Amino acid sequence: MMIVTRNLEQTYSSGGRPLTVLNSIELSIERESFTAIVGPSGSGKTTLLGLLAGLDRPSAGSVSIDGTDLTALTEDERARFRARNIGFVFQQFQLIPTLTALENVLVPLELAGEHGAHTRARAEELLARVGLADRSHHYPAQLSGGEQQRVALARAFANNPKLLFADEPTGNLDAETGQRIIEMIIGLNQEQHTTLVLVTHDAELAARAHRVVRLAGGRIVADTMNGTASTVAAAAGVLANSVNDATRESAR
Amino acid sequence: MNLRFAFRHALRESRSGWRRIGLYMSSITLGVAALVAINSFRSSLVGSVEQESRNLLGADLRLTSNRPFTEPVQAIIDSAAQQYELSTVTTLVSMASAPSTGEVRLIQLRATEGAYPFYGSVVTKPADAWARRSEGQTALVDPALLTHLNVGVGDSIQVGNIAFAIGGTLETAPGGFSFRSALGPRVYIDARHLDATGLLQFGSMNQRQAFFRIPDEKALQQFVDRRHDIFRQNLVDFDTAEEQGDNLAEMLDVLTRFLALVGLTALLLGGVGVASAVHVFMRDRRHTVAVLRCIGGTQRDVFLAYLLQAAMLGFAGAAAGALIGIGVQAALPAVLKDVLPFQVAFEPDIVAIAAGVGIGIWAASLFALLPLLEIRNITPLHAIRREFEPARRRFDAAQIAAFTALLISMVAISVWQAGQLLPGLAFAGALLGTLVLLWLTALLLIRATRRLLPRQAPYVVRQGISSLFRPQNQTIAVMLGLGFGVFLLSTMYVVQKNLLGWLNIENSATQPNLVAFDIQTDQVDGVRERITQNSGIPVELTPIVTARIARINGRTTAEIMSDTTARRVEPWALRREYRHTYRDSLTSSESVIAGKFFDGNPTAAQSPAEISVETDVAESLNVKLGDRITWDVGGIEIETRITSLRRVDWARFATNFFVVFPPGVLDRAPQTWVALARVDGDSTRGIVQRDLVAANPNVSVIDVAQVQRALEDIVGKVTLAVRFMALFSILAGIIVLIGAIATSRFQRLRESVLLKTIGATHAQITGILLVEYIALGLLAGLTGLLLASIAGWALTTFFFELQFVLPVLPLMGLWISVAGLAVVVGLVNSRDLLRRPPLAVLRESGE
Repeated sequence: MMIVTRNLEQTYSSGGRPLTVLNSIELSIERESFTAIVGPSGSGKTTLLGLLAGLDRPSAGSVSIDGTDLTALTEDERARFRARNIGFVFQQFQLIPTLTALENVLVPLELAGEHGAHTRARAEELLARVGLADRSHHYPAQLSGGEQQRVALARAFANNPKLLFADEPTGNLDAETGQRIIEMIIGLNQEQHTTLVLVTHDAELAARAHRVVRLAGGRIVADTMNGTASTVAAAAGVLANSVNDATRESAR
Repeated sequence: MNLRFAFRHALRESRSGWRRIGLYMSSITLGVAALVAINSFRSSLVGSVEQESRNLLGADLRLTSNRPFTEPVQAIIDSAAQQYELSTVTTLVSMASAPSTGEVRLIQLRATEGAYPFYGSVVTKPADAWARRSEGQTALVDPALLTHLNVGVGDSIQVGNIAFAIGGTLETAPGGFSFRSALGPRVYIDARHLDATGLLQFGSMNQRQAFFRIPDEKALQQFVDRRHDIFRQNLVDFDTAEEQGDNLAEMLDVLTRFLALVGLTALLLGGVGVASAVHVFMRDRRHTVAVLRCIGGTQRDVFLAYLLQAAMLGFAGAAAGALIGIGVQAALPAVLKDVLPFQVAFEPDIVAIAAGVGIGIWAASLFALLPLLEIRNITPLHAIRREFEPARRRFDAAQIAAFTALLISMVAISVWQAGQLLPGLAFAGALLGTLVLLWLTALLLIRATRRLLPRQAPYVVRQGISSLFRPQNQTIAVMLGLGFGVFLLSTMYVVQKNLLGWLNIENSATQPNLVAFDIQTDQVDGVRERITQNSGIPVELTPIVTARIARINGRTTAEIMSDTTARRVEPWALRREYRHTYRDSLTSSESVIAGKFFDGNPTAAQSPAEISVETDVAESLNVKLGDRITWDVGGIEIETRITSLRRVDWARFATNFFVVFPPGVLDRAPQTWVALARVDGDSTRGIVQRDLVAANPNVSVIDVAQVQRALEDIVGKVTLAVRFMALFSILAGIIVLIGAIATSRFQRLRESVLLKTIGATHAQITGILLVEYIALGLLAGLTGLLLASIAGWALTTFFFELQFVLPVLPLMGLWISVAGLAVVVGLVNSRDLLRRPPLAVLRESGE
């Protein structure tokens, strides 16, 4: 198992009142799988992604990746863990505006303490893989949205991550460009044998995943293995959860 | 920690954003420039003084006496002259008149005998004038005298009974700058003409100097060591070239250190600029930081990367500052040339440069440290969360440590710069206190503005004022930065104004403006008549009798000095030559605080005679009511008893005395008279002087207005240097202002676009900006002015002990100028904001 969560819970305080964003999430994600997390706005998708990647600490429960309990690590230890094991793709691309495309790709390698000619060669190779070999010295502002996201992809794969988190990677792109990015993510995922966890609104994109985890009101309301019988089992749980949610909503 | 990453990232990031980074750097540049310039200049200056000390004195040893050398001293001089080269200079304060134009002017007549100066050269025009000054009856004069008398080289001037031909003008001469020069221009003549002038027996301000050439240091030291008791007893000052050089070096050291402290304030203001720039920079970099954290950068990696960046930019700024500083150093001798008695070589000092750059980097890093600590509040979650999460504010150990380090460093730098612990601490304390006060004042003013703004004020005004309070505003930073500059400049101005105002007798219609002295008793009536004729105002004439203390309560001065058990009597008070007067009433500047003044009750027959003593000198002499003082008046001893103590307001322009005798005791003692008169109009005063001098060649007349102008000139030159350094602080304040405007650029852009979109006209938006900048400038200026008025008042009242006058109009002018400056800087930096169409901005600012 690549990722295992136990009774994961996240509560923020909002206006003095505790606001539970995620509630008793039990999730196991297999190595080299492709999981999509879907759900309406405010359902807790991004929070879950943040917790899975160790960007934040849960209020309760635990997350372990490859046997490492993230909740037992300090903030800096988690950062080092990410540097070695995790890649990110964001909706806003999140390239560092003051660095060139090549330098953006180099950042994770350098953060991990690598340097020298082979590091640079690796970054150039990745840029070539996403079709941007000739734009490696451009700054983000000089690139189109699709190009920026491709640089972000190259950056995400730079340190051979075991895990790739993608947060609405096509959300800021037109359909055609988004499609190409998706092909690239999936292609790279298979090539590099990474485990892919993707948050999206896009049903079409979710349909390409091996497994779809649907969130609503901070709970898992559906967990579908595309093309398997477990869909049925999950559906029953969904119903129960939905009823729970509905009663809780109306109680507020 | 990953140093390599931190370094690389720092390097790469610093390539961009030159606009803001340039600003950030220039904050440091100015301070470093000021420090390097003045510190490097000091080192050249002190070096030059050491090299020039002999040339400054013109000899190895100088003996100075304010009266003819006494017999024992003359004996020493005569015997030394057998062995060493001797030259003497007699200085008399006298009048010079130009027969061709009829003008008269008080001069300092210097009669030289021998090869003075032994070292250095006297530069004259024409060049050979000094060598030829003993040919015929020739005088060399300060160029200023030619202007005063309206004559030229070759014309003749009358001094006492002799007419001299002006042989040339003096460009530089040993001795150089002194406040004495304000009294009158120098005129050099050969000593053999001195007797013939007929002035020698009168001058009460005569000075005799003997110069020796004793190149062997050991011999010189021995010579001085053996005789210094005799010199002291005979009131002879002795200076060796080395000592004189050391004293001058020390004085210049203090002066330049003071200037450097003024420069240091520019660095601290720059620090405020750095802190505010970094604060904004980090807000822009939130996302970058979050992403770096997301993809595996630890807090330390990221923090270090940005700290390194701050240090590197600090280095760049400091290096630029060092270059500018060297340039300024080259210019400083020109600024200070009139107060420096010699040429200063231009030699950049490597230690000063290195120290300046080091301090620059250190300051840049430390001031950046506090805002950089905000990095810790940026969680990686910011990269995936769109919504703005206000950073968690926490004041923790790291912040306290950073703050403490900042404080300690600044105090340490102040102490280092001041060269001494206490002045350094005092400076740091004063600076900190000022900043805190400025900050409090700024806070109060802002609150008040917000409160007092009427609700029905026009929309543009309300909107403009409310801009000062927008979130993340830098209003306080600007008020501190700009306010501090204003504070420095206006405090100096206020104090200078008050000092000069005190000197400015012209302003008061009743104050005397003409002083005639060395009047002999048989000339008194004539002088009184002449002045009264011309001015129509009665003249006050005061007799002066010189005396020295022989005994106090029966003990000789030598006994008192050697008594170590009793309370110390101050030697200056015991040994000095006193000038007494006699009268039976108090003047308006005196008041009796103990005992009873001898009123209208002549006590000629009484012995001991009653005297009234000024309180300060009584304290220095350690005497009280009833104590007896025996005076030596021209060889005759006079017994006196203290029957009253007076307080004297020395700041009043009047003839004031330490000791007043009743009439009848000193009437027949050798005496001269001083006349204080009020004569209005420059030309009438000229006529009075001419008349007086024509009839009484021995009488000297000081035109107070002229002395005052000369003093003003000197004060102006000294303060010029201070102002020059304060300029750096003003510039630093402007940079803080520019920085603050750049800071809120983005918010401003959005606001103005929003306003345009919902229908605001170009004029309205300009109006809003205008109101904001005017308000900012006025508030910042007011902050500085308020404090400066208080500081100026305190300095004038308690330090200089003068009546305080607030120069309202000039300060108002300064206030308006500062507001104008804020408007200009503000509008220039916002011009593209006005020009851009809403759509382009919206597209650009959308994330």
